[in-house]
Amino acid sequence: MNTKDIIKNGLIKENPTWVLILGMCPTLATTTSAINGLSMGLATTFVLMMSNIVISLLKSVIPDKVRIPAFIVIIATFVTMVEMVMKAYLPGLYDSLGLFISLIVVNCIVLGRAEAFASKNSVGHSFLDGLFMGLGFTWALTLLGIVRELLGTGCFFGHSLIGGADGMLMMILPPGGFLALGLLMALINHLRKKSVKS
Amino acid sequence: MAKKAQSTLLNMLLALTAIALVAAAALAALNGVTKDSIAQVEKNKVQTAITDVLRQVDGQGNVVCEIKFDNTKDTVIYIGEKNDKGKYSDSVVCHLAYAQEQYAGAAVEAADPNGFGGYFKVMVGFDADNNIYGYSILKTSETPGLGAKADQWFQKSSKGDIIGKSPSTELKVKKDKGDVDAITGSTITSRAFLRCVNKAYANLQTALNSQSNQ
Repeated sequence: MNTKDIIKNGLIKENPTWVLILGMCPTLATTTSAINGLSMGLATTFVLMMSNIVISLLKSVIPDKVRIPAFIVIIATFVTMVEMVMKAYLPGLYDSLGLFISLIVVNCIVLGRAEAFASKNSVGHSFLDGLFMGLGFTWALTLLGIVRELLGTGCFFGHSLIGGADGMLMMILPPGGFLALGLLMALINHLRKKSVKS
Repeated sequence: MAKKAQSTLLNMLLALTAIALVAAAALAALNGVTKDSIAQVEKNKVQTAITDVLRQVDGQGNVVCEIKFDNTKDTVIYIGEKNDKGKYSDSVVCHLAYAQEQYAGAAVEAADPNGFGGYFKVMVGFDADNNIYGYSILKTSETPGLGAKADQWFQKSSKGDIIGKSPSTELKVKKDKGDVDAITGSTITSRAFLRCVNKAYANLQTALNSQSNQ
């Protein structure tokens, strides 16, 4: 497996949101605005990257039968670190993401990459896989956040584009999240398949 | 690649123990670094909320008038349900503000468990005559775009303006034969909010009584 493949897999071919359809809970819950989606994506990227590196380093000393608890402890450690740092230095962001930061522990993307990639590949490749899987998740969440915020409140990253109007409220509520996710997923997979054929 | 560790009991014990120990040590170290900042952030939040509710701003965010104070006395009031150990499930703080030893006003917290999205906590500012001076929402899970509008709706010269009113007669929404305009489409949030304001008034009386008894 070469570097280019890893990058392409994370961003497009095996994009965690659009193609693997993993981590739907934080995806739907945190994308009420673009900035929330972006921050959630970056927090997950950090955890993915760090846990992939550590798990890849430790892969030969962790016995198979206890690998899942070992992975979870490692992942939970990095999540708690992100949470503490965010609480201390970015309190505003912590208020809006709060619960979902701790929930990165059980985000299936993180455990999924640990199990499917980091426990079988070299440290360098695992780091790249974590980074680009994370960035793939980030751009998906940011795009979803932009669309929902734009339609729901008429804002782009918090800057109002249509002064005074309320926007379509439904889009920032859960039903709008499902609609936006489904339609975007259809569009992106359509484009993806088209580019594969040609 | 190095040979993989076998899943013997000893190996499993060693691996998990070592990982858990390293993780705990790393977190303890980071906790030491961030602890003070987190405490400071929490403290600042309360301070900002107190000054916010004792201040009136116009539409552009300029301060029109404010209650000046140099000292606050805090009274903790226990609310919520009593558990079998006799402890209450929740508490709110009543910050009485003093300027040169004279009672100038108060910033009072109050909570209600029955907002549309659940737990609802506000801080209400009162002037020395027990009239509402300002308010700020501390914790809410109300619906964005509907109930979440409560942070603006009841402010001065908004539709549901409660500033200047006194909850000595219970504040109620118009639907309940009161005189406050509820948020459009969010009567439940509005009721929870006004319950909080009424409770804040009651908490203030409790705090004032306990201060004068001292």
